[in-house]
Order: sequence, then structure tokens, then C-alpha cells
Amino acid sequence: MTNVSMTVNGKAVSGEIEGRTLLVTFLREGLGLTGTHVGCDTSQCGACVVHVNGEAVKACTMFAADAEGAEVTTLEGMANPDGSLGTIQAAFQEHHGLQCGFCTPGMVMSAASLLKENPKPSEAEIRDYLEGNLCRCTGYHNIVKAIMAASGQDVSSMAAE
Amino acid sequence: MYEFDFERPSTIAEAVAALATEDAQALGGGQTLIPTLKQRLASPSKLVSLSGIAEMKGISADGGTVTIGGGTSHAAVAAGAGAYPALAALAGNIGDPAVRSRGTIGGSLANNDPSACYPSAALASGATIVTNTREIAADDYFEGMFTTALEEGEIITAVRFPVPDAAAYAKFEQPASRFALVGVFVAKYADGVRVAVTGASEDGVFRWTEAEEALSANFSVDAVAGLSASADGLISDLHGDAAYRAHLIGVMTKRAVAAAS
Ligand SMILES: Cc1cc2nc3c(=O)[nH]c(=O)nc-3n(C[C@H](O)[C@H](O)[C@H](O)COP(=O)(O)OP(=O)(O)OC[C@H]3O[C@@H](n4cnc5c(N)ncnc54)[C@H](O)[C@@H]3O)c2cc1C
Ligand code: FES
Ligand code: FES
Repeated sequence: MTNVSMTVNGKAVSGEIEGRTLLVTFLREGLGLTGTHVGCDTSQCGACVVHVNGEAVKACTMFAADAEGAEVTTLEGMANPDGSLGTIQAAFQEHHGLQCGFCTPGMVMSAASLLKENPKPSEAEIRDYLEGNLCRCTGYHNIVKAIMAASGQDVSSMAAE
Repeated sequence: MYEFDFERPSTIAEAVAALATEDAQALGGGQTLIPTLKQRLASPSKLVSLSGIAEMKGISADGGTVTIGGGTSHAAVAAGAGAYPALAALAGNIGDPAVRSRGTIGGSLANNDPSACYPSAALASGATIVTNTREIAADDYFEGMFTTALEEGEIITAVRFPVPDAAAYAKFEQPASRFALVGVFVAKYADGVRVAVTGASEDGVFRWTEAEEALSANFSVDAVAGLSASADGLISDLHGDAAYRAHLIGVMTKRAVAAAS
């Protein structure tokens, strides 16, 4: 066991880990931050996406020890300081961008990194960026719509589905 | 995953020393190695993470050569290798954004997956693989599926690419894995054209010399329109048989030439 320290959602945290402890395991079991989901555990589905030093990564395919000293943001860090839903989360709610919600944490985190790189993405750009985020429920349409809306673009012409 | 020790050195020298332990293994971005460890297909005694080594990260361009640190992520190459646009475009289309944040050029070339993208760029560019002990020409580096000239404990510290006059990578994506079902990298230099094919052969990345000769004489889609790649030794799996892959080699070569000219 070794000690790891990092900043998660703006708070300094540390904990005991093994070499093989995944970042997602440290977040969920070490810190109790269960907003980050594990869908596939094989880096296919993107349910576990978090930001490490500002970049989207699959937390199931990174060791906690490699996040030593890093700034990590999880879904829990996406809410407003008063606890209300952040812009992207609120858009997912408003536009019905989730059904079971299992993929949603990863979708929101990927959407946040897309909008940071590309504040007004086209529909095609959103679909392309979400290549590593799988959803088994929605058929993606309303996820794309929610991200368009979160970027401040008009979605009235996108069909409601 | 079996248990292992974990070290995260901050210099190449420390990493080389740490890798001297029996059954120690280098960890790049982990995008291949972590799934392999989860399946217990590898059981190193120790992982030596290269992610904290600043001297292995970054891109520099100088006098017609682009040099990329072995620990540089695909995302960083996509954003920063503007001096070699076809290479930046290749990196920007590997996997998905989260894979590109972590995966590294050194890890990709060390792994030499027969369907990986970077090997085709390195081979078509006649790149030089720089390790902690030596420099290896791409033509001598790739030794077959998942096999390279690297010795035990040897680390790819950088890769040097001569920048071509024109180049493009055409990838026919396998939609489930996002790897190349077939990918062709075409690079035109003053002394000739090089064409490297990934995804297709049971021996991993290879040069399609027939197309190189035709394109060196006449760099146009017409020059390769009549050529067909042999299906001998090509991969047959549920995604496509050898004849289909052979056909795709021709199509992807034409697309790459069209995009480069
Ligand atoms: C969902 C998904 C989609 C992908 N799609 C593509 C794709 O379209 N195209 C593509 O090309 N790849 C793709 N990949 C693979 C990806 O590019 C990986 O980044 C790459 O194969 C391995 O790089 P890594 O840095 O993650 O290496 P690791 O997984 O850390 O290591 C791989 C191997 O290389 C060794 N190694 C690592 N770094 C070095 C070094 N500097 N020197 C010597 N040895 C080293 C390790 O010991 C290990 O044996 C995909 C991966 C995933 C998970
Ligand atoms: S749980 Fe990490 S990608 Fe599916
Ligand atoms: S809402 Fe159920 S998986 Fe996406």
C-alpha cells in the first residue's frame, strides 16, 4: 500500500492505494464519489469519464497512482456551488437526455470537455466527440440535443424524440 | 489484475533503473496495457509509469523534422504536430477523446498492434525510433504482429519524422473497436513515395512496394488505379476476410493519394 494525494473537485484528498488500484476505484470506494460509473471496465463505454488536469479520461483505464498531484473533476464537481444542477446537467434534464441514467455521468463529463474545446459544436461534431460514450437507452438524439442546448444554440428545429 | 509494485519516476535514467527489476514493465498511457492486466494476460512484478517524465513529452519541429517525445499523448500530437499535418490528423482520429488523452506514441509503437495507426505513419515516413540506448530505423523496427526490435526494458524516448512534401492517412475504421480495419499512410518525399499498410497483414504493418514504385513515377490516383494488393498472408476475421482487406488496401491507397495531392 502507498499513499496518493490529488485534488478532487477542488478539495485536497489523499488515501491508501495498491499499485493496481484504478482511479475509478479510488474515487468510488476510497472517496465515496459514486457519481462516476463503471459500465464495461474495458475502456469501451465511457461511463467512467472524469477530467484529469482538464482532459477527459476513462477512470477505469488509469491507475490512481498515476493521478498523484493531479486535479481531478468528477460529475459531483459539475453542479453549481449552491448544489443546483450545472448548465450541462440542467440541459440533460430539460431535454430528456437520459433514461436509465447509467451513461449520463460520462456523457456530461465528455460534453464538458467538448464545450471547453469547441464552445459551439455542430451536431456532427457532438456525435463524433461522443464516439467513446455508449448509451443503451436514448438512441443519442436527446443527448446531442441537450449538449447543443447547453452550448447556447437554438435546438427548436431539432425534433423532439 | 494481479498485484504489482508501482513506480513513477521523473527522469528517463530513473525509469531505466527501475525497469532493471525482473519482470518490471513500462506503463505508457495504459490504454492497451491496463485492459491486458485486467485479463491477466500480463503479470509484471512492477509497473514503471512513464507519465511523470517531462523530458519524454512534447513536440518540436526543426529543419524538416518533427520530433515527438515517446510519452506524448495522441491528443497532444493532434493539437501540436501542425508541422506534419497528416500525422496530426492521424493522431486526432485514434480511438476517442478519452483514449487520446492518455494513449502515447511510444506505447502505440512499442505495442505494434497489427491494426494500430501510428506504425503506418512511422513506416511510411521512414521515421527513427529513439530509445534510451540507440536509434532504430522504422524499416528495421517492426518485426511482425506485436513484435518489435525493442529489447527487454528498452524505452522509446522519442520518434523523429522527416516531414514529407505531401502525405495523408486513410483509415477504414472498424466501428466497434475504432482501430483500423485497414489503414494506408502515403508519404511523398523528394526521393520517392512510401506507402505503409496497417490493419491488413498477419505480419503487422508493411510497405506496399508496388504502389510505391507506381506513385514514385506518377503521384496520382490513376497510377495506382490498376494495382491490386495480394490477399496472401492477410488477416481473415469476422470483420472481413483476406480478399476484402486486399480490396480495401487498394481503395484506401487511392483515398490517401487523393487526399494528399
Ligand atoms: C477504445 C480504444 C480505441 C482505440 N483505438 C485505436 C485506434 O483507432 N488506433 C490506434 O492506433 N490505437 C487505438 N487504441 C490504442 C491506443 O492508441 C493506445 O494508446 C496504444 O495502443 C498504447 O499506448 P499506451 O501509451 O496507452 O501504452 P500502454 O498501454 O501503457 O503500453 C502498451 C505497451 O507498450 C509498452 N510501452 C508503453 N510506453 C512505452 C515506451 N515509451 N517505450 C517502450 N515501451 C512502452 C508497455 O510496456 C506495453 O507493453 C485504442 C485503444 C482503446 C482503449
Ligand atoms: S467503465 Fe470505463 S469505459 Fe466503460
Ligand atoms: S440513459 Fe441508459 S445508458 Fe444512456
